[in-house]
Amino acid sequence: MEPAQQQEKNQPILSVTNLNLHYGAAHALKNVNLDMARNQVTAFIGPSGCGKSTLLRCFNRMNDLVESARIDGSIRFNGGEINDPATDVISLRRRIGMVFQQSNPFPKSIYENIVYGLRISGVNDKATLDEAVERSLKSAAIWNEVKDRLHDSALGLSGGQAQRICIARAIAVNPEVILMDEPCSALDPISTLKIEELIEELKKSYTIVIVTHNMQQAARVSDVTAFFYMGELVEAGGTRMIFTNPEKKQTEDYITGRFG
Amino acid sequence: MKLFWKTGEPYVLATGAALAIILVMSLALVGVVMTNGLGYFWPRSLVKYVLADGTTTLGQITQEENNPITGKKRIQLKVANRDLLGQDFRWIDEKDVVSRSLPPDALLLERREHGNFFGFLTGVTAEGVSLTASEPYGQLQQALRVVSERMKATAGIKQQMSNLNNSAERSRLKLLKLEFKGVELNKAAITELASSREKVLADFAHLNEQVTATLADINRITAQFTDVSGATKDIALVEIVALQQPNSMSFIAKCGAYLERVRELLLDDPRESNTEGGLFPAIFGTVMMVLLMSLFSLPFGVIAAIYLREYARDGLVTRMVRIAVNNLAGVPSIVYGVFGLGFFVYGIGGSLDTLFFPERLPTPTFGTGGILWSSLTLALLTVPVIIVATEESLASIPKGIREGSLALGATKFQTLMKILLPMATPGIMTGLILSMARAAGEVAPLMIVGVVKLAPTLPFDTNFPFFHMDRKFMHLGFHIYDVGFQSPNVEAAKPMVYVTTMLLLAIVIIASSTAIYLRNRMRSRYTTSTF
Repeated sequence: MEPAQQQEKNQPILSVTNLNLHYGAAHALKNVNLDMARNQVTAFIGPSGCGKSTLLRCFNRMNDLVESARIDGSIRFNGGEINDPATDVISLRRRIGMVFQQSNPFPKSIYENIVYGLRISGVNDKATLDEAVERSLKSAAIWNEVKDRLHDSALGLSGGQAQRICIARAIAVNPEVILMDEPCSALDPISTLKIEELIEELKKSYTIVIVTHNMQQAARVSDVTAFFYMGELVEAGGTRMIFTNPEKKQTEDYITGRFG
Repeated sequence: MKLFWKTGEPYVLATGAALAIILVMSLALVGVVMTNGLGYFWPRSLVKYVLADGTTTLGQITQEENNPITGKKRIQLKVANRDLLGQDFRWIDEKDVVSRSLPPDALLLERREHGNFFGFLTGVTAEGVSLTASEPYGQLQQALRVVSERMKATAGIKQQMSNLNNSAERSRLKLLKLEFKGVELNKAAITELASSREKVLADFAHLNEQVTATLADINRITAQFTDVSGATKDIALVEIVALQQPNSMSFIAKCGAYLERVRELLLDDPRESNTEGGLFPAIFGTVMMVLLMSLFSLPFGVIAAIYLREYARDGLVTRMVRIAVNNLAGVPSIVYGVFGLGFFVYGIGGSLDTLFFPERLPTPTFGTGGILWSSLTLALLTVPVIIVATEESLASIPKGIREGSLALGATKFQTLMKILLPMATPGIMTGLILSMARAAGEVAPLMIVGVVKLAPTLPFDTNFPFFHMDRKFMHLGFHIYDVGFQSPNVEAAKPMVYVTTMLLLAIVIIASSTAIYLRNRMRSRYTTSTF
């Protein structure tokens, strides 16, 4: 490996510096500093309203849709500034995919759901699309379940299947980072297990940032855990360290279930 | 007792009762229209009455009631023979009736003019036609066939004449244009055009003579009838549209006659100041006007709604606009009619005339009511409905769907075109259904901007440019008003009012059901929620 590449490899893919976010008068994120490493799973935990989803939505500028949101500070993605007004939001969102809490398949066929991202970027070649569908459905571990009904409506799928279709849809455009906003909170335990196994598999090729309410899940799937409370990043570190020997009392209280 | 109120059962009963009342009212409406309308075409018996004063009368019973003065029962008869008796209907008191019978050879003639004729056939006069049948009724039918064949032969010539007429009219307009541009400048062209027009007119006159001669020949084939009191009447066979002997018809023959009348209603032109004959021009006008209206209001309304919901910043102005749009739907329709007259007809139409057809002035081309202005006026009237429906359905799409699309790198416009609009289509269709139903039934504004009692031509024909947007047209709603309340022969027009109402209802129902069918198909494709 070339030294330059080596160096890039070791650099954090996402790096947040002095980030502050206000929703109107509410101060939702307070001076957050955090780095996320390549090909790792980073979990954000914390009680409801602590700002973890808000931070997640900063990475692909989904907060642009909220008129009252005001952001200062810097988020660097591969060294480029995300919050720069000149940043091309469209290509940024292609490189940083997102999976939502509620599975949101489009009212189209499974096939059309998967190729949506490619089609809107102008890819219409049948062979390329077919290949992308098979590749992403396989990576999302749902190929065997839906390969015979690719042209049926995606609305007929179960919750867990729909969520994996949404993951496959995000993978189809070949992003570098996948953001997951409580992807399992609306699913049953078996579907949850499948998604967790999938995350384990996906981290080989993608960097994953996951927001979760479920601390066991964070412990199971993540390499790094960040604990948020009231808009502040309380503590971040290796998952094992956070769950066995947290530095801060607040973290320990939350993990042991004393509040939150 | 308290418990009874607490259970909520009285409220459930009240809701049920409200629904039942609505159902009964709509069923009664449809029922009244159907019973009065559907029965109209059934061949009714011709009853012959001998009255106490020695006179006889022949007619169809239209209603029976108690005489408002004497309190005794009286019968209303349709006696027809307007040219002999002066009126179509008469009342007879039941106490005056000496005897009644159903003469089997009583004949009902539908004529092109003067309404129906009830009476008896005495003979047929047909020079140069060999009639083999022995009895007069058979001869009459043979003669009728000959006449209809000869009429068909003239139809070809009439078509030629109509084409000649069209080309003469076109060259007249061209001449006008050239003369307007300057007689000296286009002298050669004008003389050439004028001479070719002269030739066309000469051809026309020649054909016209031919047709007149043939028609005079055909007119000489007549039949002699007597009415029940013995007065004779000579009727040319071309005048006869249909004839039947209702007293001796079998049930199946009656069904045949009924279907024939329905066909005539749907496909033929009206006669007798609209109280007889068909409604085809009115049906065509209504449908074409509604379709044109949808063509204008649907895209316009959807685009306006998209801007209001997706792009306009939600503030005071947007809210004011929204309230204004909602209120527009409540403005009385006659106001739209007046606006359409002032803005579309005189404003835009007048300007079009001065710009493009100055040579024809003062005869207006677009500066007078027509199907284009009517459709635009109604589009304006129905556009709020579509805007509201589109906005509602865009607003009801879950936020997650938008975010999902945007998070994949779609622009707002791509999200709108590929995801939001298809999902909103069922709602938009609902708006379209409502607006079509409203437009089809609207009469008041149309009376000002282009509907007429009798349009000589359809707004669509085989002459270039096929759709004649400047033409006036007929409309079922206006037809109801005109036939029912402006007709010289109100009693005869009554059944026609019901039939027209039925047709109008049918058109609205057919249009709505088609749209509802399409909407449901789309809805099943685009329903969200997977749990």
